[in-house]
Amino acid sequence: MYAQMVKSTGEGVKSRDDMSPEEVAFQDKVDADIKIEPRDWMPDGYRKTLIRQIGQHAHSEIVGQLPEGNWIARAPTLERKMILLAKVQDEAGHGLYLYSAAETLGVTRDELTEALLSGKMKYSSIFNYPTLNWADIGAVGWLVDGAAIMNQVPLQRTSYGPYSRAMIRICKEESFHQRQGYDIMMKMAQGTPEQKKMAQDALNRFWYPSLMMFGPSDAESVHSAQSMAWKIKINTNDELRQKFVDQTVPQAEYLGLTVPDENLKWNEEKGGYDFSEPDWSEFFDVLKGNGPCNNDRLNARVNAWEDGQWVRDGLLAHAEKKAARKVAAE
Amino acid sequence: MAELDKTQLAQFLLRMGDNTLILGHRVSEWCGHSPVLEEDIALANTALDLLGQTQLWLGYAVEVQGEGKTADDVAFLRDAWDFRNLLLVELPNGDFGQTMMRQFLFDAFHSVLLGRLLQSSDQMVREIAEKASKEVAYHVERSSDTVVGLGDGTEESHARMQAALDYLWPYVGEMFASDDNDRAIAAAGVAPDPASLRDEYDALIGKVLAEATLRIPDSDFAHKGGRTGTMHTEHLGHILCQMQWLQRAYPNATW
Amino acid sequence: MKHEWPLWEIFIRGQHGMSHRHVGSLHAPDAEMAIKNARDVYTRRNEGVSIWVVEARNITATAPGEKGPMFEPSESKVYRHPTFFDIPDEVGHM
Repeated sequence: MYAQMVKSTGEGVKSRDDMSPEEVAFQDKVDADIKIEPRDWMPDGYRKTLIRQIGQHAHSEIVGQLPEGNWIARAPTLERKMILLAKVQDEAGHGLYLYSAAETLGVTRDELTEALLSGKMKYSSIFNYPTLNWADIGAVGWLVDGAAIMNQVPLQRTSYGPYSRAMIRICKEESFHQRQGYDIMMKMAQGTPEQKKMAQDALNRFWYPSLMMFGPSDAESVHSAQSMAWKIKINTNDELRQKFVDQTVPQAEYLGLTVPDENLKWNEEKGGYDFSEPDWSEFFDVLKGNGPCNNDRLNARVNAWEDGQWVRDGLLAHAEKKAARKVAAE
Repeated sequence: MAELDKTQLAQFLLRMGDNTLILGHRVSEWCGHSPVLEEDIALANTALDLLGQTQLWLGYAVEVQGEGKTADDVAFLRDAWDFRNLLLVELPNGDFGQTMMRQFLFDAFHSVLLGRLLQSSDQMVREIAEKASKEVAYHVERSSDTVVGLGDGTEESHARMQAALDYLWPYVGEMFASDDNDRAIAAAGVAPDPASLRDEYDALIGKVLAEATLRIPDSDFAHKGGRTGTMHTEHLGHILCQMQWLQRAYPNATW
Repeated sequence: MKHEWPLWEIFIRGQHGMSHRHVGSLHAPDAEMAIKNARDVYTRRNEGVSIWVVEARNITATAPGEKGPMFEPSESKVYRHPTFFDIPDEVGHM
């Protein structure tokens, strides 16, 4: 997902007997669906896990601007250019909302940014794949945003108030993203033979990376169990992946495109599709920095940050001078 | 009022639409690369406004031409010599300061011009100007603030803004270099002769640049050739290579 | 230098005469830029007609520990709510 393999305390869920009275009261609130707010007492592990998760989610939005931004200058019509620009702009907005939510936990946006740029914090593996033809912009909206929405919709109910509110705003804005992606795919799939080829090529390249977005199976993970008890993770990775496949396969069929999986087959008994696992060794390679675009993505963010330093400093210096002049005049 | 032939009106509309198209394209190049998230979002808004205005100006231009073309046809299928935008807007983004200085120098012109177009004798021009002038009033406010902030900010930001102004200044004069087409358009009451906007423009930028502690170069030399199409910079061709690539490579496709 | 721009809390009044409502936060060098940034960040979908910005450090809030004394006493003042009173149907709408 946009936040993948987030580590929690690593100790698993504490039994009630092992909890301090504060921890018991905290867990009771979470269980009763009462939101945790910034100044409420919270376990240290909850705070740290949330910072990691929300921060990674925010970084993913910002790095996620890059593969789609790659096609703004080449969008084929004025309208497509505006839609794409508005969409990539929304990603910047989502990053901003999420950084703001993280900031309520006692970390600054600059600290989070530096952790991203130094490689200390990660972003979603999916954004390390390239966008090579125009249909990729359709595929990103359809598959990547589609997968993200699977996770983001339930997160609107997450226990941490500011995170939940950010997710509500994001989901509201996100609803046009997946549709615009599918709209591009429809045009391409119904278009010229070359356009159909682009559409199939995009699906071929983005299918497995999209499945990887949910992360490896976490049914046995102690981190996930703790995160689910705290309601900062709502479903298991496998549940979401299954739901995504079940939703997406008929959409691909409607487009007349072939999902690149020979083992894909409807399973009447479970009421869902059987499908092949992605190559998890590739996933771990990408996380380690060896995806096709890791270097380009991080370099782009480093450049934006370093080249922007004088701008941030300059505008702040002016604001401080202006305030000082105002005081002097009074 | 003087009779206006449709190629003259179309020429004026292309000048308007090509300015917003090329500048909108340039500004959109920042998306994902700005110094801070808030600026990234704001720049995208500016680009979106300009591209929206492009649809209106070019849409009206092709209607006047009456050859059954669309705004997309003229944006994506003309070669450089048919573009009528100012040289200023096709210049590279440079650093953030150069982008914002270019934006300010254009916004100031754009806002003065659109203000006059609210009184155009052409109803469609009036309607487009009404929508665009509100957007551009905000653009010029924002780019002025940024130019002042960076001009008056740190030593480094001041130096960078002065360098940007020195580099861009020779491209300012073209905005006011009127030709026969402008005079015909002005005589018909569609738009003011651009030369008549210079004083108001100078007053506006003079005030902002003074507040920014920046010095306007002494030279009044002006490059030209953009709005007539006789000699664009080399940069326009590269913009078109990117912008028009899909339409050119796959001519029978719809997108 | 390396100072972060201050954090601002943003309040927006929507179209229908409602009060300003907290919509989120952002960074800006000063109040004027905070207003402009709020316009660009939080009203992209026609959400507002008026914007307030307050620097986050200037907000004074209730402490979570005071929740009992601050808010519970009002729970027992049920007579402040219109549903407390039974009005016969024959009286009509009230």
